[in-house]
Amino acid sequence: MATNTAILETRARNAPSSAEIVFAPLEGSGSVSWSEIARTAFDSLMANRVRSFLTMLGVIIGVASVVALMALGEGASKSITSQIESIGTNLLFISPGQLNNGGPGQGNVAAQTLSMDDYEAIKALNLPINGVAPSVQNVGTLVAPAADKNVSIVGTTPAYFTLNNLTLNSGMLFDETQTQDGASVIVLGSNVARDLFGNGQAVGQIVRLNGQPLRVIGVLEKKGGGGFGSTDDNAYMPITYVQQRFANMRTADGNKYRVSSLTLSVTDSKDISGVQGRISALLRERHHLASDGTNDDFSILSQDSILGTLNTITSLLTAFLAAVAGISLLVGGIGIMNIMLVSVSERTREIGLRKAVGARGQDILLQFLVEAVVLSLTGGLLGLALGFLIATAVTFSGLIIASVTPLSVALAVGFAIAVGLFFGIYPAQRAAKLNPIDALRYE
Amino acid sequence: MITVQNLTKTYQMGDVQVNALNGVSFEINKGEFVALMGPSGSGKSTMMNLLGCLDTPTSGTYTLDGNQVSQLDDVELSAVRAQKLGFIFQQYNLLPRQSALRNVELPLIYRGIPGSERHTRAAAALDIVGMGDRMEHRPNELSGGQQQRVAIARALSGSPSVILADEPTGALDTKTSAEIMSILQRLNREQGLTVVLVTHEHDVAAYAERVLTMRDGELVSDQKQTPR
Ligand SMILES: Nc1ncnc2c1ncn2[C@@H]1O[C@H](COP(=O)(O)OP(=O)(O)O)[C@@H](O)[C@H]1O
Ligand SMILES: [Mg+2]
Repeated sequence: MATNTAILETRARNAPSSAEIVFAPLEGSGSVSWSEIARTAFDSLMANRVRSFLTMLGVIIGVASVVALMALGEGASKSITSQIESIGTNLLFISPGQLNNGGPGQGNVAAQTLSMDDYEAIKALNLPINGVAPSVQNVGTLVAPAADKNVSIVGTTPAYFTLNNLTLNSGMLFDETQTQDGASVIVLGSNVARDLFGNGQAVGQIVRLNGQPLRVIGVLEKKGGGGFGSTDDNAYMPITYVQQRFANMRTADGNKYRVSSLTLSVTDSKDISGVQGRISALLRERHHLASDGTNDDFSILSQDSILGTLNTITSLLTAFLAAVAGISLLVGGIGIMNIMLVSVSERTREIGLRKAVGARGQDILLQFLVEAVVLSLTGGLLGLALGFLIATAVTFSGLIIASVTPLSVALAVGFAIAVGLFFGIYPAQRAAKLNPIDALRYE
Repeated sequence: MITVQNLTKTYQMGDVQVNALNGVSFEINKGEFVALMGPSGSGKSTMMNLLGCLDTPTSGTYTLDGNQVSQLDDVELSAVRAQKLGFIFQQYNLLPRQSALRNVELPLIYRGIPGSERHTRAAAALDIVGMGDRMEHRPNELSGGQQQRVAIARALSGSPSVILADEPTGALDTKTSAEIMSILQRLNREQGLTVVLVTHEHDVAAYAERVLTMRDGELVSDQKQTPR
């Protein structure tokens, strides 16, 4: 006691004394600052590092898988878009039969309702188009001196190459005259040339199809891509040759050459639906069909609608997978709620004490809510980083270019905060409602 | 400054009603040092909880500094605790992972005092109780007596008008008890702080200038004495 008095007396000579400081009037804002709430939250989470991390793990995994899956979906849809766009621009595909039961681009093989006369009639319409090309598809075996190969044979006209962005690697394409005459010439896709002639010169060589000799006049540039059979595996010939030499090349009534599809490139994208309408009207009139389209024996698909359909499928699939991943986020949230409830009961005495020294219910509520949100948000940010890593790894593997979009980042962070708030509110309310004496007496 | 009139507190334990307080009335003036004594179960802690605004009475009135405290809601009671009252507990109740300084800052945090002023005041409060050189120590690095000193500093830091201590020396040896009591006595004499403390021990009660004795929830004696 003597020493304490001595301290007080020593201090009293220099101004101000400790007692003067402590007993000076006190003016505060009356509410706890955010920095104090954050500090307390941080302290208590750091006091149980391992537990905090394990609690976060659920959110980390949830957010990481949502982010990674959305990145993969985005990458898939970008790759589909670029593949479809690489085919050409503003394309319309007209095929015989109805596509109700067929996949896009395949057409109805059995239908033989589209003829060369239809092609001529469309050409005569003077539509605002870059060009139109008929094609017939068949399969055959090309026999070269060193190897043979089953290929898709496309009989068509020179316009086809321009419309489909197919360019030459070497040699030349067949011209209009060769097309009309049904000349015995063939243009090979890059894979076909490689398989038949290896690295050697293909142009100028002779290959045989059904015993007939054909001169290779050109080899196309590699186009790559995949999905529904690459154009690199095709061989191209004058349409007249294919129609005259192959069986089963007539329309159902037997007196016209049929086509498997007509490809058409519209000059200006805003004319696409107009062109589509005029062709439909023309074909209905020529085929004596109902003008409302109820019994159409042909289909017109636009590049945009194919792209739209594929992108819808991809985004549905992505959304579904992300929702499944989101369930683990939910599980993570329940983990947070569980640990917060444990924390509230562990810290009952602390809560009682804080109330005794002046904390209001809302101060305690905010404290525990902030702790829950700090847990879920930290988990969310770590999960975001992990998702980013996964996306980068997938991109590196060359499988697909996965891209994390700002939307998925915002979604992940937003969801993490929401999970913290939603699952934190109940434990926080329990803490806030604790009666201070009961809490202080709690063992 | 403290006036209680006909205060009762009834606890419901299942079917049984426990009358912890049975109509208690007294007044305590500003600057008084009062000891509350009585056998175990006589209602001392119940009384202290009401005086400390930690609980509300079943009936009766409690006036603190002219305010009818028995009428206040939760938020208002928190404000009264923060601004007028300082608590000292038998078990110290310090936050285990926080330094002495931060423990003492706690009441100031809830009053929204900015960091630097809070720090100055808390350091001064620790200095007053002779703990100025242990500010960064955690509770588990301090003896019982030292922890109780930190708890006193915490009770002081909010510049209260009343210190309420429920058996503050109950867990301490005689010598340490005497040190704690002399700190409280000095604060009472030099700063005019009102002190109300609960104790079983006559040695401890001897520091007070007035002794209230309770039995079975009633006040049975109220005696002035000359403190030692
Ligand atoms: N929360 C409670 N619930 C039920 N009974 C209680 C509660 N608190 C105290 N009591 C009862 O009230 C009476 C007074 O208790 P208390 O004020 O703690 O006495 P003291 O502090 O003088 O030992 C005792 O009979 C006790 O059992
Ligand atoms: Mg007691």
